[in-house]
Amino acid sequence: MPMSDFRHRAFSFSRMTAIAGNTFTGLTRLKIFYVLLLFALLLIGCSVFMARMTFQQEFQVLKDIALGAMSIFTSLLAVIATARLLPQDIEDRTAYTVLAKPVSRFEYLAGKLLGVLLLLALSLLAMTALFFAVLMLREQSVINETARQMAAAPVEQSAEALRLVHTTAFNVNLFSGIAVIYAKACLLAALTLFISTFATTTIFTTIVMAFVYFIGHLQPIAREYWLQTNSAGIFTRTFLALVALVFPDLQLFNLTDDVVAGNAIPVALLLKTIAMGLFYCSVYLALAWTVFFRKEL
Amino acid sequence: MRALAVILSVLLFGAARLPMERALSQTHRDLHFRAVDFNRDLREQLGQLGFVAALSGFRSLVADALFLQAHVAWERTEWGRVLFLFRQVTTLQPRAVLFWDMAAWHMAWNASTAAMNDPSQRRLALRTKAAREYLELGKDFLERGIKNNPDRPELYEALARLYRDKYEDHEHAAEFFTKAAALPGGHRYTRRFAAYELAQCAGRERDAYAELRTLYDSGEQERLPTLLRHLKELEIKLDILPDQRIPD
Repeated sequence: MPMSDFRHRAFSFSRMTAIAGNTFTGLTRLKIFYVLLLFALLLIGCSVFMARMTFQQEFQVLKDIALGAMSIFTSLLAVIATARLLPQDIEDRTAYTVLAKPVSRFEYLAGKLLGVLLLLALSLLAMTALFFAVLMLREQSVINETARQMAAAPVEQSAEALRLVHTTAFNVNLFSGIAVIYAKACLLAALTLFISTFATTTIFTTIVMAFVYFIGHLQPIAREYWLQTNSAGIFTRTFLALVALVFPDLQLFNLTDDVVAGNAIPVALLLKTIAMGLFYCSVYLALAWTVFFRKEL
Repeated sequence: MRALAVILSVLLFGAARLPMERALSQTHRDLHFRAVDFNRDLREQLGQLGFVAALSGFRSLVADALFLQAHVAWERTEWGRVLFLFRQVTTLQPRAVLFWDMAAWHMAWNASTAAMNDPSQRRLALRTKAAREYLELGKDFLERGIKNNPDRPELYEALARLYRDKYEDHEHAAEFFTKAAALPGGHRYTRRFAAYELAQCAGRERDAYAELRTLYDSGEQERLPTLLRHLKELEIKLDILPDQRIPD
């Protein structure tokens, strides 16, 4: 075999996917999917309680709780799963074994992140399936009840009532909401990876990320205040500027409130939000690599 | 040195994304997505935990929790608490039409009827006053709901029903039914209802007749008993020529 066949490439997609696959397998062994059981219990519990309400109220609350729970669970999963990756690998000495091979540090980090993103995608997919199953079951039950109640009514009125039930239950914008939840979780995972490259412990990363999460939601208020208020002192303005420049604006990824309220999310806005999420992920990955590149292991 | 480079990169990245974030925020505002006013009043109403949760992206969940509490308060006919909770719910989720509609319904229909039939209050004048106050609260919820959701027909329709059934103000009822009918997603019957209300407004008979006649001419599906009755009454009232009248 000629020597050129053994030439080492600076970046190999297959090496990265191998690390991603490994990370994903490792994470699934942590019984992370038990979260889904909690999610299912939450949904079923809610639907039992909400059977007392009208179908409009029931569907609104069910969608709110499901999307809210998806957002909480995926955000938590993103932070907790990513925060432990590097410290764990260093502690287990897996990182030394992997990096001793012809694997670049960028491939290693990108593979790790990709593994987490896969896990998040799978979890969100499972939650979505569960949510739609519960929603469909409840919708079917309401449709049967409505059809029974409207049996004597003219066909047109009956069809209108059934259409109303269907449009109240299902809304194509739910997919937009779920896509944005995923984009937000990806951003949090990438940022957690970046922080974990210089953090000394998993707990430090998790706590920092908890703060980032809260500040990220308040960031737009700081930004607007910084950019619009002239009366604030130099110290306040510098502080607000730092907050706005350092922390991500997580409010941009909060479209679920409006999705559940029945408002349409324009495709352009959805695409821009997802692009923003990708931009954040790429930059945080690059920053993580900058720190990890020459880190003494 | 490397730490400094990373800090500078973070700040540069912040400066690069700032215009994009502002543009996206502006789009949110244009679409009325950020209509919540997080002020001290809301903080006092929600309590510290609720306020922090609402600020942290769980606004709709907090609103739902309060909505469920309001539902329980309604079952217990605690009207003051229902009002208090619905004020918070609608402040947190101003774009959820259902919450405005429910709040108005509880106030204008349930609470006002309960006040009117309050056995603990012997004086009719005071019962009537309390009932009217609840009606006003219901109307206020709908008006504020419309202000926050000018593009949704449901609240215009609810306000029209309130004017029709509670205030017997046919002029306003017709106005809001017409507005509901003009919006995308408005029910077809709202246009018919607007014409029915107009038919009961003194001095607007000719407008009502023209609208009802247009509906009648639009097809068989609009020729419902109430529409035919109103048309017949107006034909007599306006002295329409026999050959222009609808068949008996």
